[in-house]
Amino acid sequence: MASTAANTAPKSDFEAREPESKVSIASENGEGENGIKSYDVTVQIRRYNPEISEEAHWDEFKVQMFGTDRVLDVLHKVKWEIDGSLSFRRSCAHGICGSDAMRINGRNRLACKTLLKDLDLSKPITVEPIKGLPCEKDLIVDMEPFFQAYREVMPFLVNDSHEPERERYQSQADRARFDDTTKCILCAACTSSCPVFWTDGQYFGPAAIVNAHRFIFDSRDDAGDMRLEILNDKEGVWRCRTTFNCTEACPRGIEITKAIAEVKQAILARSF
Amino acid sequence: MATPLKTRISAPRSNDNVVNGIKYNRSNSKRNNFEMLAWLFMRVSGVILVVLIFGHLFVNLMMGEGVHRIDFGFVGGKWANPFWQVWDAVLLWLAMLHGTNGIRTIIMDYAEKDSTRFWLKLILFLAAAFVLLVGTLVIFTFSPCPTGSPAELLPSFCPAP
Repeated sequence: MASTAANTAPKSDFEAREPESKVSIASENGEGENGIKSYDVTVQIRRYNPEISEEAHWDEFKVQMFGTDRVLDVLHKVKWEIDGSLSFRRSCAHGICGSDAMRINGRNRLACKTLLKDLDLSKPITVEPIKGLPCEKDLIVDMEPFFQAYREVMPFLVNDSHEPERERYQSQADRARFDDTTKCILCAACTSSCPVFWTDGQYFGPAAIVNAHRFIFDSRDDAGDMRLEILNDKEGVWRCRTTFNCTEACPRGIEITKAIAEVKQAILARSF
Repeated sequence: MATPLKTRISAPRSNDNVVNGIKYNRSNSKRNNFEMLAWLFMRVSGVILVVLIFGHLFVNLMMGEGVHRIDFGFVGGKWANPFWQVWDAVLLWLAMLHGTNGIRTIIMDYAEKDSTRFWLKLILFLAAAFVLLVGTLVIFTFSPCPTGSPAELLPSFCPAP
């Protein structure tokens, strides 16, 4: 901590209590963490606390960060050292749990996967909650409508055959058919970037369709027809306008719009 | 992917989930293929419209003397031919239905309340029905030289009454 603190702004009382969070990474020219560039970052965070005001507002914080830091580190620094009332979700902090999807500089990202060095730091970084879901406090939204749509596509294996004594076999080609959509971490970055979902939240949304796709095209699953019927809904796949916002927002790089198109094709193929 | 399990299992359905006054009840029992057919219609009619519209533009604006020969007589002459009557009628119907469905989509995407949606769609459908009706009537009943009209109102190419 001491070597890190040497580079940071004036030591506050909190600093001593901050847990060691930085791994020592050697920079390209072989220097230790003292060689890592540090810079001042201005961050604007959308604050909302219904117990104080129904109006949301922007708070601005200036913090000194390092070249290896992420937006999540900025939020940590703000919460741990400046304003403890800042609320946001994060669990694993390594891009797997999908808790910290937020709107960073107007784009849906995971705060833990967005490196500061990739952002334009000459302007303030804006951090907002994801859109289209009811905000509960600061960066925390109510995910229930999102998970409701997810549950309704039956995101679990349905198989009517005799219970096998060993694993159910599947060829590599059959497994590859739905490989892309197995990567989903349910962070809601896609669904909350979808302008159709923003309107009234009735659309199933990209994430639910991606997770339906994962089972519809699984050779071991028997309920593909039912899922196609569920998604052949007024609020199902036909509301997709192929704006590709979801594909761009996905932190796992899933080709979501393509997956939705494949579900559309499967519904058409089954109807004609 | 194709075993009919429906008789024994049913898809999990949540009860109305209301958050901040918004009901998230996307699943109702009224499922039909309307949205699928509408989606398909947009693709198919779009391809046909490209042919019809560019054919229309080429014949009217490029062939012969081009745009300068378009007058009352030119339109009357075209609609004397059943081929152009059918061409224009198909063009009218596909373009109107394609456009109407496009605007219906925009209304669904941008109107936030069901009542707003209902009224906007009602206006849209009435307008579309009116244009289709009047357009079809004109294409198939157009008569450049109506009998019994005063001679000074008739175009020059009409046979003298």
